[in-house]
Amino acid sequence: MTTFLRRNALVPLAAVILVLAAACGSSGSGKPAATGPGGSTSAKLPATTLKGSGSSFQDPFDEEVFRDFTTDAQPNVTVNYNPAGSGQGQTDLEGQLVDFAGSDSLVVPGDVTKFKGGAFLYIPIVSAPITISYNLSGVTKLTLSAATIAKIFSTKITKWDASEIAADNPGVTLPSTSITVVHRSDGSGTTNNFTTYLTQAAASDWTLGSGKTVNWASSTIGAAKNAGVAGKIKSTDGAIGYVDFADATLAQLSVASVKNSAGTAVPPTLAGATAAMAAATVTADVTVSPMNASGPDAYPITSPTYIIVYAKQTSHAQGTALKALLEYVLDAGQSKAEALNFAALPPALLAKAKAQVDKIVVP
Amino acid sequence: MVAESPSQDSAPVAHLTDGHRPPGRVVDVGFRLLAMLAGFSVLIILGLIAFSTTHTAWPAFSKEGIHFFTSTTWDVPKQRFGALAFIGGTLLVSAIALVFAVPVSIGLALFITEIAPGKLRRWIVTVVDLLAAVPSVVYGLWGLLVVAPKIIGFYKDLASDFAHVPILNTLLSGRPLSGVSFMTAGLVVGLMITPIITSITREVFVTVPTAQKEAAVALGATRWEMIRGAVFPHSRGGIVGAVLIGLGRAMGETIAVVLLIGSSTELTGRLFSPGETMASVIVNQFGEAQDLYRAALVGLGVALFAITIIIGVIARGLVARVEARAGGA
Repeated sequence: MTTFLRRNALVPLAAVILVLAAACGSSGSGKPAATGPGGSTSAKLPATTLKGSGSSFQDPFDEEVFRDFTTDAQPNVTVNYNPAGSGQGQTDLEGQLVDFAGSDSLVVPGDVTKFKGGAFLYIPIVSAPITISYNLSGVTKLTLSAATIAKIFSTKITKWDASEIAADNPGVTLPSTSITVVHRSDGSGTTNNFTTYLTQAAASDWTLGSGKTVNWASSTIGAAKNAGVAGKIKSTDGAIGYVDFADATLAQLSVASVKNSAGTAVPPTLAGATAAMAAATVTADVTVSPMNASGPDAYPITSPTYIIVYAKQTSHAQGTALKALLEYVLDAGQSKAEALNFAALPPALLAKAKAQVDKIVVP
Repeated sequence: MVAESPSQDSAPVAHLTDGHRPPGRVVDVGFRLLAMLAGFSVLIILGLIAFSTTHTAWPAFSKEGIHFFTSTTWDVPKQRFGALAFIGGTLLVSAIALVFAVPVSIGLALFITEIAPGKLRRWIVTVVDLLAAVPSVVYGLWGLLVVAPKIIGFYKDLASDFAHVPILNTLLSGRPLSGVSFMTAGLVVGLMITPIITSITREVFVTVPTAQKEAAVALGATRWEMIRGAVFPHSRGGIVGAVLIGLGRAMGETIAVVLLIGSSTELTGRLFSPGETMASVIVNQFGEAQDLYRAALVGLGVALFAITIIIGVIARGLVARVEARAGGA
């Protein structure tokens, strides 16, 4: 029950409790807040409300960091973030309904002209591994290659003792349990990233293409949101699915190590994600594709997540507050990432992300 | 005769006021206009919804043509949108829901109106009305967290018991056999529509004239014979109406189904398989859908709308025919 409700109910509840606690304690701890992180933003901004919507993947990170921003650094600024999904965030930003969009995916070229506010900037904020989580009684350590993962998720392999899985796991005794593939029932950036990885790393074995929804075989089961997939895996012996790192950790699922393109089996860790981000090439608009990255320590199924903003802000108050928020996310926010199960940006990329924020023009 | 008397009365009144319009006339005209406005506004709104959804869905309809309704391939990366598996899923879940809900509802309504003593009757009515007020997400969560994990053992037993009986071995199976499936969704939706069907049928049973029931009993009918001979013939149209409202709710039910259906695109008669309904696909996929994909999802809404209307018209036609025959006999 708690796993399922966590996103929907417990996070806002916890947020309310923590905000109340912070409000109660603020009289005693007012001083350190004034000298808070982000030297350039130490001056208190006037009361402003920033609106954002988009990626639910980055929501646990946003919730916490935005709250710290509004309690510690800028008490007059309010930030509302609606985790309605990356697609919704982009649509909202197109119509200038929000000040920023959270997104795990890039804007498709055809949609660029739809953005009413003109040119926009990508600001990478954190990344996280997508785990291959499983539930197989008697097996606690599992390694899978990209080709095997592709065959499992396209149901070309249906039993856990298949020769391909055995070849990836010498010395492990595998039961003959049937494999139950669990996938996202809702359209999802996580599905998009996972299937993009398979298209890149196992092109010959993966035929379903990539997207926020793909045509899963009928013998697979869908569940809503990461928490739903995690819950389904937890309750089904022989189940396997792709789950974001935070939910897999929370549900204490067994996670498989994945063989990266260097041939090393890497378990899904935050360090592995940062390594993948560091190994990936950064494009001119500061987007990264760490999927199937080549570093020896890189976890190959790593997903970056961005905040998208207009390069030219139209309001002084909003623009200044937005810049302060982004600076906070890339400064104090980075040190909070690990505790929230997100990987901080590698130093080189962080510098480029900060340069993106500097490009924002405030009237 | 009785109907004529008001008009006879009103004429002298108009004469008495001598040229002055009676204030009642103005109010009457105003009321008539208001009522007409209310009546037509429903039709107009419905028409506008039908038009705008069809318009939004048009790119998908024109690309897929009849395949939108006859193909089971729903492949978003390849931009192929065939809704047949979801249409089948909606019909299957609704059918399961009705199979369980209709007998229980009619039995419950009969118990309340004909059998239960007064005090118990009030209690049951209150509890049934309370069931109707529970939000559907609560039913869904209850199904997901309580029913689905427990019922899968029962499904497995049924599947192995009937493994060698033709037809039933397909019907009572799943690929994969799953706690979240057409059957679980149908059962929970059945529970959700039971209060509605019960309430309406109960109201209908109450309208059966006591004289007719007493006449049946006076002729020596047992209680069951009285119900069959006096209550049912009088309420046939009302029962069908109640079932139709329940069916409409079942076909459109979304949140509970999303939680319990298991999301698998397959046209199948295996009741214990995971599946999808039109409503569950829309709510699952709409948030991240764009362009043609979004049009196809709106198209599912249009299809659901059309199928609900078609089923309603067919059912009304059946009732009219049966009643005409019963009236002639």
